[in-house]
Order: sequence, then structure tokens, then C-alpha cells
Amino acid sequence: MMAVPDYSAKGLADAVRSGQVSAESAMIGYLERIRATEPEVHALLAQDQDLALSRAQGVDRMPLDQKSHLALAGVPLVVKDNIVTKEFPTTAGSRMLEGFHSPYTATAVERAEAQGAIVLAKSNLDEFGMGSSTEHSAFGPTKNPWDLTRVPGGSSGGSAAAVAVGMAPLALGSDTGGSIRQPAAFCGIVGLKPTYGRVSRYGLIAYASSLDQIGPLARTVEDVGLLLQVISGQDVRDATSGENPVSDYLAELKRPLEGLRVGMPKEYFGQGIDPKVRSVVEKMLTRLATEGVTVIEIEMPHTRYAIATYYLIAPAEASSNLSRYDGIRYGFRAPATDLDSLYRNTRAQGMGEEVQRRILLGTHVLSAGYYDQYYVKAQKVRTLIRRDFDEAFQTVDLVVTPSAPDLPFVLGSRSDDPMQMYLSDICTVTANLAGLPALSVPAGFDDGLPIGMQWIGPAWSEDLLLRAGYMVEQMVERPRWPL
Amino acid sequence: MNRGVADGGEDIGMVDEAYRVVIGLEVHVELKTRTKLFCRCVNAFGSAPNTQTCPVCLGLPGVLPVLNRNAVSLAVKAGMALHCRIRSVSKFDRKQYFYPDLPKAYQISQYDLPFAEWGFVPIADGAEVKRIRIRRVHMEEDAGKLNHIGQNLKEAEGSLVDLNRAGVPLIEIVSEPDMGSAEEARRYLTELRTILSYLDVSDLRMEEGSMRCDANVSLKPRGYQGSLEDLPRVEVKNVNSIRNVGRAIEYEIERQAARLSQGERVIKETRGFDDGRGRTYSQRSKEEANDYRYFPEPDLPPLVLDESWLAEVQASLPLLPDAWRERLRGLGVASQDVEVLVQDRVQVAFLSEALSFTDDVRAVSSWMLSDMLRLLNERGLGFDQSPVSPKDLVDLLGFIADGKISGRMAKEVLDKMFESGESAAVWVKRLGMAQITDDSLLRGQVAEVLAEHGKVVADYRAGKERAFGFLVGQMMKRTQGQASPEVVNRLLKEALEFDAQ
Ligand SMILES: [Zn+2]
Repeated sequence: MMAVPDYSAKGLADAVRSGQVSAESAMIGYLERIRATEPEVHALLAQDQDLALSRAQGVDRMPLDQKSHLALAGVPLVVKDNIVTKEFPTTAGSRMLEGFHSPYTATAVERAEAQGAIVLAKSNLDEFGMGSSTEHSAFGPTKNPWDLTRVPGGSSGGSAAAVAVGMAPLALGSDTGGSIRQPAAFCGIVGLKPTYGRVSRYGLIAYASSLDQIGPLARTVEDVGLLLQVISGQDVRDATSGENPVSDYLAELKRPLEGLRVGMPKEYFGQGIDPKVRSVVEKMLTRLATEGVTVIEIEMPHTRYAIATYYLIAPAEASSNLSRYDGIRYGFRAPATDLDSLYRNTRAQGMGEEVQRRILLGTHVLSAGYYDQYYVKAQKVRTLIRRDFDEAFQTVDLVVTPSAPDLPFVLGSRSDDPMQMYLSDICTVTANLAGLPALSVPAGFDDGLPIGMQWIGPAWSEDLLLRAGYMVEQMVERPRWPL
Repeated sequence: MNRGVADGGEDIGMVDEAYRVVIGLEVHVELKTRTKLFCRCVNAFGSAPNTQTCPVCLGLPGVLPVLNRNAVSLAVKAGMALHCRIRSVSKFDRKQYFYPDLPKAYQISQYDLPFAEWGFVPIADGAEVKRIRIRRVHMEEDAGKLNHIGQNLKEAEGSLVDLNRAGVPLIEIVSEPDMGSAEEARRYLTELRTILSYLDVSDLRMEEGSMRCDANVSLKPRGYQGSLEDLPRVEVKNVNSIRNVGRAIEYEIERQAARLSQGERVIKETRGFDDGRGRTYSQRSKEEANDYRYFPEPDLPPLVLDESWLAEVQASLPLLPDAWRERLRGLGVASQDVEVLVQDRVQVAFLSEALSFTDDVRAVSSWMLSDMLRLLNERGLGFDQSPVSPKDLVDLLGFIADGKISGRMAKEVLDKMFESGESAAVWVKRLGMAQITDDSLLRGQVAEVLAEHGKVVADYRAGKERAFGFLVGQMMKRTQGQASPEVVNRLLKEALEFDAQ
């Protein structure tokens, strides 16, 4: 078995900056790791080893005064393939965009690259981010590195699996209803969905615009904070990005949290949650209580409407966002005899079943006569869900839930049951609906499979989430590497 | 009474009796911003296809719109000039349909919260003024253009998509169905265009598509009690001039009246206008129309306009046509001249500048509308390109007022001023029209006159005052009346006294 490049992103950047380690030698290690594991895991869609190596050499050649300012000097980065990049094709996991090259790079990637990060590959995902298992990729499923018969979660399954197996210390994912946190939990790593507006969405292929956020995945809380630091902040190209200042996420990371009050909403610990998951999360809460954390049972009564609300709003926005893939200007075009058949054939052949299902759902939701009944009503419930959180944060600092209702499931076991698949998002969609930041951090293992716990905080409280995550991280022991 | 059809014929009476004509207009106006509504591409007409584009207006994966504040400012000016109420909070919505000229397959527009509502445009018919109410004004982005290889999309061998226009800022001005004839529709459009021209917010060129008009025409049967909305409405799309909008409406009124009088139903539909044949033709029936599935644009925060900013915009509005009409009438300009003057923003600007040098508005306006206009038209120029500035014109009129030149002379001078760009003073002198006021030019002649008329000089010295008048007359005769009487008086007196010593 190959040696795994055993760096944290923070450690590697420090070593490259100080010249202790060359970015090139580190990169060679990661590229070897990819060659060794990718055939089994299939986490990646496009990679460019030559480009990665020459970029690494570029970092090594940099004058010291330049290199010493780079927060991510020489750190390999995997980017989910629904985030556009000039150097790599961007497919969003869809036939529709097979071979598509974006003429521009997403803001989040630009910012990471400006800090010395090196994109070495694009990662697999459920088509257009629609799924919870990465089985809905048009280019084949990704496997969970901890058990290759199981799913890595989704839709950022490729990013999560790549980090978990050591192909890179950092990855970017996107989260619309749990697409960073649930795969992070399934793959035993850390993933954060930032506050809506914290990270620019410019260059993120839109699934549901009012819910989507780009966020970091890494093996440690500190590395998640490091990448978040770099990609956060207002962007003139995204009118929904927030102007709130970005705090120094690493400065206070390791300082113990005293007097932390944590809310445990009973709606997230009841029916539909695998008892193994519940028990691991509850055990962790018990341990935290002995460390001085106050755990308070709370109620969030509108949680039960969250999945229904999510599956009205997200498909509605998706049906609009995905209309541009019409075969006229770029991407896949099916043979046709006239304009109508061009649209019909292209979209029927270019998009997968799950994407078509959600487009149809969303089109229906927005149709004349149904709009008020579905879309407007869902927006009202969304407000109520947000209010549940506002009220909770009157009495607690953070809310804790499982990251996913179950353990990584066996590949193919839910493909025929979309409803069962939708319930995978039950713990995570509320943070998207409320626009709140949420972190998934490993809480333990059950029979070799990782289980994650989710921390949800008030808007712009990423610093607090990371400190809580760090505290948990110190209490969990885990096997070194899968594979 | 409602004159449905303007150009005569026996049927009109029938239209008058049996139906009332109901017309509402939807006018799209491209805003004259430097860049597009949601990206930084240049907003320019006539560039090579797809050169004024970027990922945002091409609708590439991952792009987001960012609102152009200058477009908002121009739009709000227009809303205010149309006497609308401006919403402090409005929002953008997506209007969704598939078409190759619409790169995102939705148009960012404003649906249920337009930025401006409840305004009006006054139109005059003689002394009577009627207000055509504006229901709403909203902002939206323009679509691109299709160039079909062949006659139309259905029969084309292929179609080329040009997205230079995609994302250009538009306002759509929707009137209430307040117009009762083609003539009223023409007046409304003319006045709307005049008002907007004063604001300088658009090129307003209907032939280039920077102003576009759709007309909704229906006939309301006498005694009809239902709502206007329920009448079968025909929408005539994209007519390319104000004159043709009038023609299209006239044709529609006749067509619909003929159908109704034969007991047939008027179908709710969209029709085009065939300029050459002067007829409308069916494009598609509304029954198969799109469901646009409007919903709020999640990529743009609500548009919030704060009060102090709105007050600034309000304060920056120029004097509008109606206010000018009032002002000019108040100053005594003939009403037919007032109408001609206010039609054109640059005329009013010229007049306005001239009035900063003189109070004689009647002289300025009558010279503007006669000789100035003739000379400008000969050269194909507007008042904003005139080689004779407002100040130049006022100077010229000053020579007339002072009695230094006659009106006829002034016309000749104005011609020369146009040709050369030189001032009135230069030409009055060059053409020898100016009164001679130069001492040195007159002194010799004074000496000659005195020498010739020794007896008269002697009479003067003997105390005959009238003899002086004779000498002045002689001077004027010698100088063909151009000598300044004042100067002649002084020089004669000086010479007579000098000789006496
Ligand atoms: Zn553009």
C-alpha cells in the first residue's frame, strides 16, 4: 500500500512557506495517492497532473516574500465539478455539459488560487447537485472509501471521498440541502455550509439559488476554517453576498468554549433517525456535558415541514436555473428537426432521470394556478422554520443534530425510491431554508462506518461553529485512513 | 363622441354607434446607459454580432446578475416624469419561456411590484387636455436578436443568434385602456416620446428598436356591462413608427367592426403589422399562450430606493414639455409656435439658453421657427448642432432692437453667420451695414461739408440753430445714412467751435 501524504492543509502550507517541504514533492505524493485510490473510489471527473505539478513548481520558485503571504501555499485542492474553472472542463455531473469549458473561474476558486492553492482535480457529484449519494452522476457513482459497497453521500460525494482517502487535504463542495454536510458525515471528515451570502456563488452552477452555498471540506476543523477564511467575503459579482466582515476563524479556534449552551431539538432525534446514529450523537453530547457544556432539550415545531418545503422551493428554482441548458449555445445538443424537438430531445437525452423529475416538479410548482398553493405557501413555511431557529437562539448558542438520519447506505439500495432518498436530507435542509451556517464533524464510528454530528449556529457565527467542532474533534479517535 | 376611424368612409358612423374603441399601449424603451442592466458589457447599437457579450449576458453556467444603478436612475427619472408613484421597495422576477434569443430561458423583469405605478400622460386636442393614465412602468432586460436564413423561424434554413442586445436595460410603460381612437394613440405616443426625450434617457429610435410599441385594441359594444379585461383583445406587436401604430390601429378597428357587424366573434390574439399592405395579420392566438411561471428572482435582493436619493432624482428633472408650454404661453408666444417648439428637446434647450441673454422670447422663438429652422433644415442639422449659438442669435436680434439694422438686413446677416460661424457684429460691419461711429472716418467728411457750405456755417455762427440741422443732413446724405447721428453731432460741433477760435 502506498504511503499517504500525511499533511494537514495548515501544516503543509506552513512547511511550504518556510521551505521545509517543496510544494512539488508534496504534490507528487498526492498525485500518487490519486493513482492508487481513484480507480476504486472514482471520486474525480477531470484531473490535470501536469498542470498541478507545474503549478507546484511555480509556488516553489516564488520569492520568499511573496510565498510567505500565501495562506494555502502549495496546498492541493479538489473542486466539485459544479464550480466552474477555466483550466478544467466543468460538467456538473451531467451529459448536458460534457466537454463544456467555462471561459471564467468561480470567485471561490480564484480566491483559493490567489492564496497558493493548487486545483488538481474536479470531483464527482450528483448531476447538478441533485441527490444524496453521488449515484446520480452521469459519469458513474463514487464509492465510500470506508466501505466501497456503500455511497459516500452527496451531492458533494466526490469531494468528500477525495479528502477522506487523502487525494488532497482540501476540497470545495456546494450545499443546497445538505450536500456538503451529509457526505462529510458519510466519509468521516469535516464539512461546513456557510451562512447564505458568506461565500460568493459566482461560478457555482446554480441548482437552487436561494439555498446554494459553496463551502469547504477537510479532514480537520482547522483546515475547514483555513479554507473558509480564504473564500469568504463580499463579491461584487454576487449581489447576494454579504458585506459582513470576515473574522479570523483560526485565531480563537482552540480556546475552550466556556458556558456553551447547546440546544438539542427533539424533532431531530426521533422517528426516522437510525438508533445507531442517535446513540453516537447522544453519547457525544453526554461527554460534552461533562466538559461544562449545557445541553438543553428544545422544540422546533416546524421541522416536520422542512422536507416538503425544501422539495417545493429547490425544484422550483432548479426548473428555472436549468432552463438555460437548451442545446442552443453550448453543451450537448440532440439531433432535431425543428426548434421544439431540439429543445425536447436535447433536454430529454442530456439530463438524467432525477434532474428531469425535479424540473417537472418545479415547473408544476410554479405553474399558473399552483403557484400560491405551493410556492408561496412554502415560502411562508420557510419563514416559520427560520423563526424556530431565531427563537432557539434566544436560549441556546448553538443547535446540535445528527448530520444524517442514517449510516452510509449500500450503493443502489435507494435508487428506485426517490422519497426515501429525499429523507436523507431531513437533518440538513433546515439550515439552508433558514440561511444559517452549519458544520458537520465526525462524532464517532459504528462498525467501521463514520457518523457525523451537525452544529447549526446563528447567521455569521462560523467562528463559534468551528470552535465547537474543534472541541468535538479532540474527543474522537478514528482509524488513520480508509483504504 | 369617439372617432374610431380617422380616414373617413361610411362604416365609421356604424362604429360610432355600435361600439366604443378601447386602446391601451405597451411601450418598451431602451435606456441609454453606458453598460447593460446586469453586466458590464457596453450597451451599443450596431456592433458586429456577439461582440458586446460576456458570460453573464450569454447566460453561461454559474453567472449572476448585478444591477446597474445608473439604469435604475434613468428608469426612475422616466417614472417621475410620467407622474408615477415610485415604490421605495420593488423587486425583480423571472419571466420564463424558451426561445433562442433568450440565453437564460428567462427574462429578468418586474412582475407584481413594478418600480413605478399610477401615472399619466396629458394629451391635448385643441384646448382640451385628456390624461391617459399609466398603469405601471417596470424595468427589464432586453432579449437578443435572431437573424433567420430565410423568411422566418419556421421556414428558415437556419437562424443565427446575436446576443449583443441581450441584457440591454428596458423600461416597459403600460397605459390604461384610455385611448379611444388611433389619433389619441398617436398623440399619446408623440407626447410620451417628447417627455422622454427631455430626460435624455433613451435614443427613442423606433426604427432601431430603442422604442417599441404594442397596441391592444378592442371594440366595446354599446351597452356592454362587463369589464374591459374580458373583451376579446387583439394585441398588435412591434410596430416600427408612430405613424404605423396609428395605421395598424385604424386597420384593426375596421377589421373588428366588420367582423362584429357580420355577427362574427373577434378572437383574442396577437397580430403583426404589414407595413407595405397597411394590414395586420394573425401571429398566434392567445389561447395557446405561454404560462410564464413568474417567480421572484433569487439572485437579486429587493430594489430599495431611499427617500433622499429619490428627492435628488426628482430635483434633477428638467422642465418638462407641459411646464414649457405654460411658461412660453405665459411669455406671450403664440400657441401654434409653442406646440412646435416643445416637440423637440433641443429646440427648447436652445430657446432656454437664449432666454438667459434676453427677455424677448417672442423675437427669439419666431426667428428660431422661421429663418433658423430653414437654415438648419437646409444643412440637416438640429438646434443642438447649430453653427449659430443662442448667444449669437440674441446678439443679432440686438442690432434690430437698437435700430442699427433692419429685419431684412438681419436675414442676410444670419445667412452669413451660418456659413462662416462668425458673429453678427462681424457681418454687420463687413457688409457695411453698421452705422459709422468711427471719428476718424467722419472727420474728413465733416471738414468737406463745412467747406462746401460756408454760408450755412456763417448762418450757424450768427445764431441760426436750424443751420446745424442742415449740416447734419448733409453728413447723413454723404454717408448714405450710416453715420451715427450722435457722432456726427459731436464732430460738427467740435469742428465749428475749433474754426471759430
Ligand atoms: Zn455582458
